[in-house]
Amino acid sequence: MGPEDLIEAVRKRLGPAVEAATDSFGDPVLILRAEAVRPALAALREPPFDFAVLLDLTCVDFAATEGRFELVYHLYSLAGNVRLRLKASVPAADPAAASLAGLWKNAEWLEREVFDMFGVRFEGHPYLRRLLTYEGFEGHPLRKSYPWRLEQPRIPLKEGP
Amino acid sequence: MASPTRLERSARPGSMLLNMGPSHPAMHGTMRIMLELDAERIVNAECEIGYLHRGFEKTCENKTWFNLLVYTDRLNYVSPLINNLGYAMTVEKMLGVAVPERAQLIRVLVSELSRVADHLTCLAAMAMESGAFTVFLYLIKAREYLWDVVEFTTGARMTTSYIRIGGVRADLHADWRAALAAAVAETRRVLKDVSGLLDNNSIFVGRTRGVGAISREDALSYGWTGPCLRSTGVPYDVRKARPYLVYDRLSFDVPVGENGDNYDRYAVRMREMEQSLRILEQAAALLPDAPPLPDGPVIEPEEAVCRSRRRRAVERVRLPPNLEGSEKERLPGLATSDGPVTVPAKEDTYTTMEGLIGHFLFFMRGKGIRPPKGDVYFSVEGGNGELGFYIVSDGTDRPYRLHLRAPCLHIVSALEELIKGRLVADVIPTFGSLNMIGGEIDR
Amino acid sequence: MSGFDFLTTRFETALGWGRKFSLFHYPFITACCGMEYMSAACAHFDIDRFGAGLTRFSPRQADLLLVVGTVTHKLAPVLRTVYDQMLEPKWVIAFGACAVSGGIYRNYAVVQGIDRIVPVDVFIPGCPPRPETVLDGLLKLQDKIQGQRQDWRWARKT
Repeated sequence: MGPEDLIEAVRKRLGPAVEAATDSFGDPVLILRAEAVRPALAALREPPFDFAVLLDLTCVDFAATEGRFELVYHLYSLAGNVRLRLKASVPAADPAAASLAGLWKNAEWLEREVFDMFGVRFEGHPYLRRLLTYEGFEGHPLRKSYPWRLEQPRIPLKEGP
Repeated sequence: MASPTRLERSARPGSMLLNMGPSHPAMHGTMRIMLELDAERIVNAECEIGYLHRGFEKTCENKTWFNLLVYTDRLNYVSPLINNLGYAMTVEKMLGVAVPERAQLIRVLVSELSRVADHLTCLAAMAMESGAFTVFLYLIKAREYLWDVVEFTTGARMTTSYIRIGGVRADLHADWRAALAAAVAETRRVLKDVSGLLDNNSIFVGRTRGVGAISREDALSYGWTGPCLRSTGVPYDVRKARPYLVYDRLSFDVPVGENGDNYDRYAVRMREMEQSLRILEQAAALLPDAPPLPDGPVIEPEEAVCRSRRRRAVERVRLPPNLEGSEKERLPGLATSDGPVTVPAKEDTYTTMEGLIGHFLFFMRGKGIRPPKGDVYFSVEGGNGELGFYIVSDGTDRPYRLHLRAPCLHIVSALEELIKGRLVADVIPTFGSLNMIGGEIDR
Repeated sequence: MSGFDFLTTRFETALGWGRKFSLFHYPFITACCGMEYMSAACAHFDIDRFGAGLTRFSPRQADLLLVVGTVTHKLAPVLRTVYDQMLEPKWVIAFGACAVSGGIYRNYAVVQGIDRIVPVDVFIPGCPPRPETVLDGLLKLQDKIQGQRQDWRWARKT
């Protein structure tokens, strides 16, 4: 199945969940409506698409220019040896999306990372806690509004042995 | 100050909570595993990572495309050359440049060297943590031989920054063939020794076989790739599934396991190293010797600079030792000629006005490498699995967003489930066989 | 022994000599430098030749803390706890550019040099330092130990 056929088949299956389909440097890309992300990805996980692997989940900050965060999902299908990129935008003012927890097991950590770095809340996540930084860290370091070198107050050191 | 973790909230009253890490003798790297114990049995576990979060992605947004290469060295610091490769090839995909074949072969050569070193280190640490100290010494000895070849080629043992966007930095050392052959022979010998020490060692087998087993479906659901996924029987290898460089012209097998337990992960890595050594030999055979540099008088750079004020020097310029291998005559085989993507030849920079301007245009802020707008994902087979870069470019001299798909993160996210219901002693070989690399998982 | 059966020295010198050749080190390995630490400690470069081959994996048994690699703000309290757990006399080596000064990581996450958290005796530069550099740093520490005023409160108490 070539990329065009795949995009066509996915659009047919997902219907209005897909806003647009594009191509970026040869990679097939689908733009989803934010509220349709979870059902759409759940459908893609099942046959005939069989996207058994959630390769990656990340986020891009377009808050300053376009007022949105873009969630980027990468799926991989072993059977068809195809990768698919799906994107969905959430408003920067109150970023929230549905969690994929329960569909793929690594989604839990990946979403925690996005929450930590960008402050995107994932509704329905069982344990939304910072993953890479520590509790007490103020702000979300990968947002463009966070200065590169802004150090946080250190965790207080215990005095004495 | 800290709010209770999930484990602390769900722990039954009276059960013992044990904290392993972040600095623990049997852990290479910093990671915290919290265990809820019923005597020796693990009832529940929770992992905390991020102790080596060095702000890689944020830093990359503030560095130029050329400059951030050094940060990729320090991701999976056991196989830096593969990280260089992944980043360089992702940017090349955006730029749409073609890399000369010689450079591609050199890239295969050095990335396979790194892969063997990566597996050696992983198994060494795993064996040491299970108590087999001799194996640790043997495997690190083999790694030294491989790193000697890497150092011959790149000038550094670990943090090399050797694979550049558009090619490689320098040609191979004049004596590389003999050094590589010696290193391969030495590594084979060590692998044979280690195989004899561990394969049927009842202590090692007892601690690894049937321990930390994962099913094929779970492994996929956790996003596992690389040797850990292959140990469950899924033959997914980026080099085969989506061949890059010249891997489609080289013959090698993808070893797979059956049970997805610690022993299979050990065995798959052992067999993969043999395949990598095979690839090394094939790549070495395909790679012709570099043509000798032309004879004739050579002048020092200072003299060339002085002389070029009056008239252009016709003699060849001697490069300082740290630039050995990147002579102007060699560059066409090493770096792409499509556009200003690679560092211009140093001889020109020293002797001609245009060369100097070219140098400035490459390094100046706002100039140099500027991929077109758009986003791209590209992955290579790293030591731990699919090492992917997702890059968003806005057409300026630095990336808008750079995200690393760290294979390690996905693998380690399964650790909690792997050790639940097992004994405390099983944590160590399981953790060791997953090959957690701090720089990659925490970035 | 033929010829002589006694020698004279100062107690401090003898104690320093003993201490500098029996360094039990605790490797606090966090990052890339750990790979070069492995090389330095293994057969090829063999740190044992200089009397520092015994790795103790408990801070309470160690007298030399090797801070190998980047220390982030998240890890800083852990490093301090480990240092506090070590018994006197104790020494600290900052191993690699990140431990020395934060290295190439000047950003929100990384501590700009571990001397902000614990006192450091020897700084080993390099990203990562070669094993030879590590051995050189160790020799420098041994010189320092030999030359410094030895703490022997335990002897004075009796």
